[in-house]
Amino acid sequence: MFNPVQFWQRAPSQRPLVVCFGLLFIVLSGVFVLSLLYGAGSVTPSQAWQVLLGHGTDNAYFVVAELRFPRTLVGLTVGIALGLAGALMQAMARNPLAEPGLLGVSAGSSFAVAVALLLGASAATLAMGVAQIGALMGCVFVMAAARLQGQFKDPVRLVLAGAALTSLLTALTSILLMYDQRAADEIRFWVTGSVAGRSLDNLLSVTPFFLLAGALTLYIAKPLASMALGEKVALGLGHNPKTVRYIVMLIVALLAGSATAIAGPIMFVGLVVPFAARAIVGPDIRRTLWMCLPIGPLMIISADILTRLIAQPAEMPLGVLTAIVGAPVLMMIVRAKRLPTLS
Amino acid sequence: MSQTTQAPLGTDMLTLKHAEHTIIEDLSVSFPAGKVTAIVGPNGCGKSTLLNGLSRVHLPSTGRIVLDGQDIHRLPSREVAKKLALLPQETSAPDGITVKELIRFGRHPHQSFLKQWGMDDRTAIQYALQAANLEDLGERLLDTLSGGQRQRAWIAMSIAQETPLLLLDEPTSALDLGHQIEVFDLIRELAAQGKTIVMVVHDLAMAARYSDHLIAMKSGKIVAQGSPKEVIQPSILDSLYGVQCDLMEDPSTGAPILLNVRRSRPEPSETQATTAPKRQAQRDAVSA
Repeated sequence: MFNPVQFWQRAPSQRPLVVCFGLLFIVLSGVFVLSLLYGAGSVTPSQAWQVLLGHGTDNAYFVVAELRFPRTLVGLTVGIALGLAGALMQAMARNPLAEPGLLGVSAGSSFAVAVALLLGASAATLAMGVAQIGALMGCVFVMAAARLQGQFKDPVRLVLAGAALTSLLTALTSILLMYDQRAADEIRFWVTGSVAGRSLDNLLSVTPFFLLAGALTLYIAKPLASMALGEKVALGLGHNPKTVRYIVMLIVALLAGSATAIAGPIMFVGLVVPFAARAIVGPDIRRTLWMCLPIGPLMIISADILTRLIAQPAEMPLGVLTAIVGAPVLMMIVRAKRLPTLS
Repeated sequence: MSQTTQAPLGTDMLTLKHAEHTIIEDLSVSFPAGKVTAIVGPNGCGKSTLLNGLSRVHLPSTGRIVLDGQDIHRLPSREVAKKLALLPQETSAPDGITVKELIRFGRHPHQSFLKQWGMDDRTAIQYALQAANLEDLGERLLDTLSGGQRQRAWIAMSIAQETPLLLLDEPTSALDLGHQIEVFDLIRELAAQGKTIVMVVHDLAMAARYSDHLIAMKSGKIVAQGSPKEVIQPSILDSLYGVQCDLMEDPSTGAPILLNVRRSRPEPSETQATTAPKRQAQRDAVSA
């Protein structure tokens, strides 16, 4: 029989992955339903429940099916993307603080989107590719800046480089928006990070990128796991650490770029989700990545439900809430006696 | 040398550079099959650089590293990993990994996207546990082991790799005496089973005691090579380390023992004088 106490007492790396994944998947399903039931609008949870059972009012049906459902799906997608991107970046850099939001990858992406808006694209028709290219450039730049003698050993250095890059890109984005009022209006809500009002078309357009990112992740999971033993060991085991790093950067750009294009730059999710995943199943990246699949969306969707309830009838931007939750976690990591190492 | 033709691993006019600074120039050396070769020499002599070159960590500027008659950098990485295992000096593993999980990594070169895990992997891991005398510790977390046990677990990973060749960079540098012996004994056993072993060893006495073949390096060049008895000579030690000593033979093993080690006179010795400009050059290279 399944014994929860005994289960929790095992070392994280020794807990069965299937059980951990299953439990969190169940929790995620519950939160998914809650996200359909609760909202800032006039539709009450019981009315929404009737819709789910197949006999609600037209108004309630519209709110649940056309507003809350797409929004929840967007949260699911963005959560998966940011969680995986964070875990992959951390494994590649062997640095627990690596995260698309903190390292300027999201900022690179939103800068690219701002440029695209300025050149005439409207927010609704944003090309994913633009955001992904921006993310890739942010990724390459910050990695190159922080890489010293071929190592990312110093977690702080990477975060400093990321902070510098983020400030620079945010400033440049502001300058661009100063010159174009239309773009500024388009982007103002987007730039704080939100999953509200995104259509299902957005999701369809990221699907191919997600499939590609998923296939690449399966391909590099094993070499990446061996890089936790050090690049020399990975090389000795017949892997090519350099190639793996390039592929990881590409995956991170695909995922973080898509997430940013849909929901704007959301900080800290890529930091906190892998952190939680490791606490549950240990540091092996192959296990961590599986756990990020339910934990990422769990975090985004829960946060999104809160944004609808905290400031009723208004809504708090999602990016603000994740920062409020995420920043203390970062503080906690920084305050820890020993920075957790991934090696 | 007659060994050159049958040596599984060697270098051919190999030059290795750090930035602009040449560490090793036009070095040709081969490592005898089925023997334990220890590379010794003073700090900065290029012995670790040579090992990094052999293990493909450090790319050659010119020359070749020859593995079974082929240029190692023209072989697919996975093919090399089936022949040549590597244990770096500083190893670190993620928290919470067990001995068995570590050893499993050794199977990577034998696995592929389609062939993930098979019977041969299981057998190899069982054998590695047995060979490294870790049968009772397979499920233990690596962090909970003693230094010697941990190092044996890393060596077990390379045993599971089932390579005829094993490179070790100072495998005992962080260990106390008892654990050092534990690791060297294991290395001897592996050689007895036919593995060719090349290791960098800092401790000359240990190198003399546990190797069949010694290669003494200084300033990127080979000063002497041969059996420990041939290499451990007062004149060679003087040119390597600038020390004088008396030699004795270990009555039980026949290995040379160094006694009464003291600095050579006159001071500064001729050798120190010749290395000084090189040190300066090295410093310049680093600061540049």
